[in-house]
Amino acid sequence: MQELYYKTASELSELLDKKELSAVELTKTVIERTKAVEDRVAAFNSYDEADALKQAEASDLRRAGGKTLGPLDGIPVGIKDVLAVKDQPLTCSSKMLENFVSPYDATCIQKLRSNGAVLWGRLNMDEYAMGSSTENSAFKKTSNPWNLDCVPGGSSGGSAAALAAGEAPLTLGSDTGGSIRQPASYCGVVGLKPTYGRVSRFGLAAFASSLDQVGPMARSVKDAAMLLQGIAGHDERDSTSYRADVPDYLAAMESLKGKKWTLGLPKEYFENVSDESAMKPVQDAIEFYRSLGCEIKEVSLPHTEYAVATYYIIATAEASSNLARYDGIRYTHRAEAFDAKDSVDIYCQSRAEGFGEEVKRRVILGTYVLSSGYYDAYYLKAQKVRTLIRRDFENAFKEVDAILAPTSPSTAFKKGEKTADPLSMYLSDIYTISANLAGIAGLSLPCGYSDGLPVGLQVLGKPFKEEEILAVAQAFESAHDFKNQHPNL
Amino acid sequence: MSKKTHIDIDYTAKLARIALSDEEKAKYSEQLDSIIGYVEKLEELDTSDVEPTAHPHPVSNVWQEDKVSSELSVQEALKNAPAQRDNMIVVPKVVD
Repeated sequence: MQELYYKTASELSELLDKKELSAVELTKTVIERTKAVEDRVAAFNSYDEADALKQAEASDLRRAGGKTLGPLDGIPVGIKDVLAVKDQPLTCSSKMLENFVSPYDATCIQKLRSNGAVLWGRLNMDEYAMGSSTENSAFKKTSNPWNLDCVPGGSSGGSAAALAAGEAPLTLGSDTGGSIRQPASYCGVVGLKPTYGRVSRFGLAAFASSLDQVGPMARSVKDAAMLLQGIAGHDERDSTSYRADVPDYLAAMESLKGKKWTLGLPKEYFENVSDESAMKPVQDAIEFYRSLGCEIKEVSLPHTEYAVATYYIIATAEASSNLARYDGIRYTHRAEAFDAKDSVDIYCQSRAEGFGEEVKRRVILGTYVLSSGYYDAYYLKAQKVRTLIRRDFENAFKEVDAILAPTSPSTAFKKGEKTADPLSMYLSDIYTISANLAGIAGLSLPCGYSDGLPVGLQVLGKPFKEEEILAVAQAFESAHDFKNQHPNL
Repeated sequence: MSKKTHIDIDYTAKLARIALSDEEKAKYSEQLDSIIGYVEKLEELDTSDVEPTAHPHPVSNVWQEDKVSSELSVQEALKNAPAQRDNMIVVPKVVD
């Protein structure tokens, strides 16, 4: 029998509805499970038991009064430590914000509250979401529940590991270059990066504003759809959020069931495969779609080889500008010792103490590509190549409904393996970053194992057509058993 | 490697407002040189007729009423300040 803490959110939601389970019982189970495994997994930066139980009690009261707020009512949702939750810490896993307590709610958090979700715990991440392994956290190293010597991926490593370890039935992550999808693939869970503009960024600590998106992470495709429903939509506090109606995702997926999709395989993603055994489950998944009667077609994304370079110029440039707000004056760590004759020195010293190695590296790189004399050669050039990458996808989507690809070139790597060589770490995002540059939707779902570690299948879709990639993913998931397979912890 | 890949680390770190130790300067110079060398592959592409993309789905002319809504109180806004007094952030004295 499936342990309660490994049930999907939709199963839990049914149990709550039938009054076979209370939100307090569920929350207590999640808290107990977290306490039992956290010394090995280290997914959370912090959690507030009393606050979670109070929210659960309120949910049970609503239910008893017949005023339940929908499928998320009473379901604990773990929150990546990059989103503002009123009166809770918001650290971005950085020393800079070690003592910061958020005075307001992010829009997606406010929406979750109005849907009755139990906001649960602050999940570890790479500092300011910069990284692919969660090793850049200033506080702790999260382990991959499938193999504790391996990284959970990043930057939403805590969000993925907590799901795989049964420490939360749902979590929120954020994805700037693959930070939801890559850890989802490493930890054997589902992660969805919505189309840019689908989910409000208000209250998300900004890394690269033209790339960042908040998205759902879950143990099943249906759960991811349910959580997306709870956070999507236009927000007047984020002027880049899109004014478009949000469909009923579960209903839309139901109506798309059995559709014979035309699915594209980008030839550039299947050339020069370095890890053949990690590619095998992806190939099997493609064959599965063929067996369903889907048309599988080769497509070309000719500017793929320029994506990593484009990304690291644009993302670091935007980061250097966004992170200028952490100045040591207003709400961050402030250095004690500095040269008081120079007002700039207090910024320089506070930032030297507050930022970790990768953040400094990226802020300096971003400053360089924006600096006088280099702006045109790097930043403007990268924005132009970004147009070419976006057009590649527009052209591909004229021929296919969605694109299938690996999520990552390899499975979870060993801790410490890539920390000395930033460029090799950056290249582990090669299949995910193009979706951020093009602003399209993408998800990763478990499709098998290589040497006991989960492998992710990536489904990329048209802008604002999240329901389509969810339906494509569900067609695979419903014929396989991966969502019920869990690590031995 | 062309000359411009050699980042002036003192100048750039100062612009970025980050104090670096000598060891950090040496390490970052080397790593950033290799990253900049890598991103220079974009030069291979002719982009003379290509418009830059700033946002993937540009939204323009977003207008809003200029009205006061419920915002943070001064006390709430100052809650995270390293030092505060009389509804103001206290900063160290930097001039005589």
